[in-house]
Amino acid sequence: MNAVPAESPRSSLKILQRPKAETGLWSWITTTDHKKIGVMYFLATMVFFVIAGVEALLLRIQLAVPENDFLSPDVYNQLYTMHGITMVFFVGIPLGASFFNYIMPLQIGARDVAFPRLNAFSFWVFCAAGIFMYSGVLLGGLPNGGWFNYAPLSTTVGPDVSGYTVGGGSAELGTQVHMGRMLLYSIGLQIAGIATLASAINFIVTILNLRAPGMTLMRMPIFVWMTLVVAFLLLFAIPVIGIALWQLMFDVRFGANFFNPAAGGDPVLWQHMFWLFGHPEVYILILPAFGIISEIIPTFSRKPIFGYTAMVFAGVAIGFLGWGVWAHHMFAVGMGPVANTAFALTTMFIAVPTGVKIFNWIGTMWGGKLRLTTAMLFAVGAVAMFTIGGLSGVTHSVVPSNYQQTDSYYVVAHFHYVLFGGLVFGALGGVYYWYPKVTGRLMNETLGRTNFWTLMLGFNLTFGLMHFVGLWGMPRRIDTYAAGFGWDLLNLIITVGAFIIAGSVLLLIINMASSLRRGQIAGDDPWDARTIEWMTSSPPAHYNFKEVPQISARDELWHRKHAVSEQGDYVRVPAGGAGTVVIHDPDTDIHMPDPSFYPALAAVGMPIMGWALFTSGTGMIVLLAVGCVITVGALFAWAFEPMAEEGH
Amino acid sequence: MAEVTTAEASEEAHATSLGLSNEKLAMWTLLGSECLFFGALISAYLIYYTNYNGQPEISPALFDIPFTSVSTFVLLMSSLGMVLALSAIQRGDDRGFRIWILATAIMGSVFLSGQIYEFTVFVNEGMRLDTSPFTSSFYVMTGFHGIHVTVGVLMLITLWARSMTGKLTSEHSDVVENIGLYWHFVDIVWIVIFTAVYLVPYEQVGA
Repeated sequence: MNAVPAESPRSSLKILQRPKAETGLWSWITTTDHKKIGVMYFLATMVFFVIAGVEALLLRIQLAVPENDFLSPDVYNQLYTMHGITMVFFVGIPLGASFFNYIMPLQIGARDVAFPRLNAFSFWVFCAAGIFMYSGVLLGGLPNGGWFNYAPLSTTVGPDVSGYTVGGGSAELGTQVHMGRMLLYSIGLQIAGIATLASAINFIVTILNLRAPGMTLMRMPIFVWMTLVVAFLLLFAIPVIGIALWQLMFDVRFGANFFNPAAGGDPVLWQHMFWLFGHPEVYILILPAFGIISEIIPTFSRKPIFGYTAMVFAGVAIGFLGWGVWAHHMFAVGMGPVANTAFALTTMFIAVPTGVKIFNWIGTMWGGKLRLTTAMLFAVGAVAMFTIGGLSGVTHSVVPSNYQQTDSYYVVAHFHYVLFGGLVFGALGGVYYWYPKVTGRLMNETLGRTNFWTLMLGFNLTFGLMHFVGLWGMPRRIDTYAAGFGWDLLNLIITVGAFIIAGSVLLLIINMASSLRRGQIAGDDPWDARTIEWMTSSPPAHYNFKEVPQISARDELWHRKHAVSEQGDYVRVPAGGAGTVVIHDPDTDIHMPDPSFYPALAAVGMPIMGWALFTSGTGMIVLLAVGCVITVGALFAWAFEPMAEEGH
Repeated sequence: MAEVTTAEASEEAHATSLGLSNEKLAMWTLLGSECLFFGALISAYLIYYTNYNGQPEISPALFDIPFTSVSTFVLLMSSLGMVLALSAIQRGDDRGFRIWILATAIMGSVFLSGQIYEFTVFVNEGMRLDTSPFTSSFYVMTGFHGIHVTVGVLMLITLWARSMTGKLTSEHSDVVENIGLYWHFVDIVWIVIFTAVYLVPYEQVGA
């Protein structure tokens, strides 16, 4: 990384020396470059996306025809649980993190994030969490209580697994298997939470502290604003689920009584804590997509975003109101009419800032010179699909109607329109939009359009029809159903739709892989864009900008490309006309953070401590100690690692 | 933890957009998150502190308020030690810094010893993690606070050792300040927990 690593006198201690590899596997494992970390986040996310997608396909094969026995009930439960957990914690959250990592520092004109090693730590801990979670395949099964894992199903009662696939099936074995699965859930998500919390702190400090000169808060791109809101939501939501997960772990492993009704515990406490995290989580997942859409639409409409201030405040308002709506997931629990009414009202209120955003996107496109590139198609598609999901969401907020819809496929349809229609479509727009910045090459537009339209078709076939089977009474989470309820044909079509989605995702992967070699060379600014990440080279050098840009306007790059004519119109300035770059040897003059082994090493200890809980007595203490020594030791070595010119 | 090794780095810190060093902003951000962490633990305790699972003899009546008041006092005084240590290193008084940082670490350790002693006594009196929702929420809440104090003590001892080997001087006083923020936070949380656990009168459900 650094051409001249400054030798600190303390680096005499061999173990504390900085890694020097600049290429190959070690350079990726030890990297602290936000762009490399962003790319690694994206690739890891794609792996989990494919895993969770295959899980969904297996579920759909099982449900394609009535009374199917393709999957056993136990396997079915594990698959739908892991589909949810993977899509939320190992696709949704890190997909946001991959975009934040790569794009946000470029958009604010920073050289890296505030704590590059902490950033690497977040990524490796996230990987460790994923490996830990899926280690259940070898340890008696994966979590099977749904992604929300309601108590007391998760704690004392537990599904009777003894009669299913597991071994000979003694009751004792069943209890053990159940405990293992719940430990995977509680510890796996706990580890993932540590990763997320660390990156939230990192992003907040980066955005508040590392902006280029002149980049005031109200000149920041909407995407950066949404990153900030998401980071604050994570900062306050993760500790709440963290405590709930610890309580679950103590209940399951050490016999505590937080959620055990037989001993006076309250299972509804789990629901409150889970959803107090879980509803902000919904906004954590969707706001990154809102940010991406807010970048794509102005660029391809050749207009500044309509109502920038309203967009920012709507995002912040969603961030605040998102904390006051959690119990709308619990209308049927029996909280009483007063609580239900209050949460129904707050739920309707939160539709207002969301509506502001949708109207502002439409306002941006209105009268613009639209260019329907693949990125723009995905962005517009996301707005349309999210709106449908938002409207079915408002129907949930009406309590009597909610009583009918709850636990039916109507709910499944709703949240897939919001998360698949909003998050996945928005994020794919982001992939097509920023791929040329990341790789230097454009993605194939013909394949891209096919990708978009097949996804649109498959998506609506799958989830659109779920509204109907749901309203016709089909419950969620059932592994099979009897023929003759009128759901048979629709379920078959839904399964066909799911396979169309899978084919479309395959097109996306082919397009990304083949464009890496064969894509058209993009240049710095292929879309005639507005924000400063397009000022630097594609892909950007590891120091991002030779000269940190001086910001004087929102849409800085657009203003640099245009000047006001005598008639008062904006006219295009010939390339290279505005601003001169001071010549400057970036490799010696810009000091970038050094790579480090320790973030990855610190992550290794965490799943070891988790696996310790599967054993007992001395074995548990030894494993806990080993994991603890690795993590704490790596953190100490990290703190005292010799440094070049910059703090971490 | 936050570690700044060169004078240039601390000057660079003043060039941030907010004028606040990255490390200090990160610490405040972390403490914001910790408020929700302890908020959730304390809420669970307040929901369950009258819930004894049919064993009314295992209740807050077991608490030895004078004993815990003394260890609480020691912990609060450690915050004073932290302030004096920071003031010493800012003045360049390395000897004063070492005395006060070590005193702070020792006061933290005394508090921890008190907690371990207290837990042992409770367990011997039949108050176990799995006795009732009251005991579960008590042990998990105070236990997590104890872990926070332990992490703090480790950091304080590290600061002391770095100062003894001459690697921590007045140039790095912001490291001490950031760790001090953490230490004060952990103390303040204990004030809330102490009030909630030991001072709030209790009454059995249904009694």
